[in-house]
Amino acid sequence: MSAAGWTLAWLWLAVIASGLYHGINPGMGWPLAVSAGLMQRSSRALVAALGPLAIGHLLAMLLVILPFAMLAALVDWQRPIRIAASLLVIAFGIFRLVDRRHPRALARIPPAQLGLWSFAVAIAHGAALMLVPIYLGLCEAADADRGHAAAGALINANLTMALLVSVVHAGAMIIAGGCLAWLVYRYLGLKFVSRSWFNLDAVWAGSLVLVGAVALVLGVAA
Amino acid sequence: MTMRPDPTFHASPKLAMEAPVENFAYTVLLSPDHSKPDALAVIDVKRGSPTYSKIVHTVRMPNKGDEFHHFGWNACSSALSPLAGHAFLERRYLIIPGMRSSRIYIVDTKPDPTQAKIHKIIEPEEVFKKTGYSRPHTIHCGPEGIYVSTLGGGGKDGTDGPPGIFIMDCETFEVLGRWEIDRGPQTKHYDFWWNLPRDYMVSSEWALPPQFENGIVPEDLLSNKYGHRLHFWDLRARRNVQTIDLGANHQMALEVRPAHDPIREHGFVGVVVDTTNLEGSIWTWWREGGKFHIEKTATIPPEPAPKDKLPPLLQGFGAVPPLVTDIDLSMDDRFLYVSCWGTGEMRQYDVSDPRKPKLSGSVRIGGIVGRAPHPNGQAFAGGPQMVEISRDGKRVYWTNSLYSTWDDQFYPQGIPGAEVMANVGANGGLELARDFWVGLPDGYRAHQIRLDGGDCSTDSFCYPSV
Repeated sequence: MSAAGWTLAWLWLAVIASGLYHGINPGMGWPLAVSAGLMQRSSRALVAALGPLAIGHLLAMLLVILPFAMLAALVDWQRPIRIAASLLVIAFGIFRLVDRRHPRALARIPPAQLGLWSFAVAIAHGAALMLVPIYLGLCEAADADRGHAAAGALINANLTMALLVSVVHAGAMIIAGGCLAWLVYRYLGLKFVSRSWFNLDAVWAGSLVLVGAVALVLGVAA
Repeated sequence: MTMRPDPTFHASPKLAMEAPVENFAYTVLLSPDHSKPDALAVIDVKRGSPTYSKIVHTVRMPNKGDEFHHFGWNACSSALSPLAGHAFLERRYLIIPGMRSSRIYIVDTKPDPTQAKIHKIIEPEEVFKKTGYSRPHTIHCGPEGIYVSTLGGGGKDGTDGPPGIFIMDCETFEVLGRWEIDRGPQTKHYDFWWNLPRDYMVSSEWALPPQFENGIVPEDLLSNKYGHRLHFWDLRARRNVQTIDLGANHQMALEVRPAHDPIREHGFVGVVVDTTNLEGSIWTWWREGGKFHIEKTATIPPEPAPKDKLPPLLQGFGAVPPLVTDIDLSMDDRFLYVSCWGTGEMRQYDVSDPRKPKLSGSVRIGGIVGRAPHPNGQAFAGGPQMVEISRDGKRVYWTNSLYSTWDDQFYPQGIPGAEVMANVGANGGLELARDFWVGLPDGYRAHQIRLDGGDCSTDSFCYPSV
């Protein structure tokens, strides 16, 4: 495989890995699927809850990535855009590190609105932001393969890529979260909820800073 | 902020029942004549301990006249809510409101209950300014932090506007403001609790401050002016969705006890007295087809008594009303404990069928006329009042005072503070433990009890027992 091919493979792996990581994080909603299954005494209810959770997460990804998809068409500005995006992710990571208060706003969303909840939680935690540098890298790598195209074609290609990245990421997220929810519901029992719940605030904020920093280094080097 | 959820947080009531048993019982002490500062007593309830059933530590407050009544934890099992997505709190601070002063004390129970100390004091002015409410009472920890019910509105006598609920931050203890967005017809307040995943709250009514602070007002009671309604709320929308009137003769609907298992959509409320016949009653409410319903499911009759044995307040009636002043539901939602503070009886009802409570146990202790002593021979003044159940449901603790000025009207000879415990049989039944008797310091009365690691009137759960 060529160097560009390797880059592409690694970036896709990052999309999937971040999806799995978000999926197993209880803060992204798998315990809600367990709760739905138990409250309605039906494994179907558990599976049904995964739908809105996945859609909420997907929409959050799209909302954050799409503006960058439009911007990425400005070929001449590609480098500054990448650097700015990296700095944005780093800044949000630092904000998450500093602001460590117990969150209250999300608790106001009614339990019946799982999709809205999933969307809000992904935005609030910067889950979508984490994907932006990876996405921009993918656009560039794909672009390099194709050679420069007309702006219109580029936007189309970028939009398709945005959709693809969001769907793959949200798919990985819901598969990981869904499997864990099923395991807890069926085999591990509710004790697992409190036992397995680690405070990932610092790790999460650290991952944002890390992703941003790697993207920044690559962006500056490009 | 912790790395793991507190080990005393449990996803379901069943897990809470299986958890280690309680070692300490926190009990608030009040000085009825305001001559001494109110205090928090830490009582050793660890079986086999050399200081079993003794006070091992006391936190005295720096002010007088606060009038402690109910209190609660900064965090409980509700922190495991999947919606909050952030379970990293500690069950560590006791929130103790002064019901007369409107001052709120935050007591830190770590590193060890025997070293509990004051962490923060919220002065009454802050409560008045930020909420327009006064006389804070019941504490519950929930989705948006600490919920505090109040009994008074603004102004000197607390009648300037209705009382309600306000929110405090569960880490900084900053008073954040009123909870209600639309209170509907609610104008009085007492207790409240909820079903978290089903997203509703239930609140009850006692009285406005002029109706209780200087004693019960007999004319108001006989003209049915005390509270007699239940309010049902959309918890997240903070909106009153339904109000049910129990009938004006059902005076003082106090403790609200929803089933702990959130899959069950029912609960109980106790009514102190029916003014037509002096009965006390238990009501079962439930939700069906999106609406709340309620019915009277158990009554406790008054007991006739000669006039000369009655306090002046009751002489005209020739009977002692049971006065159902507190109820508490076991963690498995099977047994409902009912305090009959007037007749001196602790009742246990089997509520496996919630709308058909069956009397399954009873002990007599104290009482206006009965004056039954403790099995250890000690005199027990007052009657069974604030009751708390161990998480495993095997031990039931209670104290004997209702409220300073009311105590004096119903028990004019005084109520030296006492705390006792009864053991529960495997299939119900109740027997006072001879070796558990907490004599409280002279001049103090006792009110609510809180157990370390949570108890049956503290923790609310986000997942059903399976």
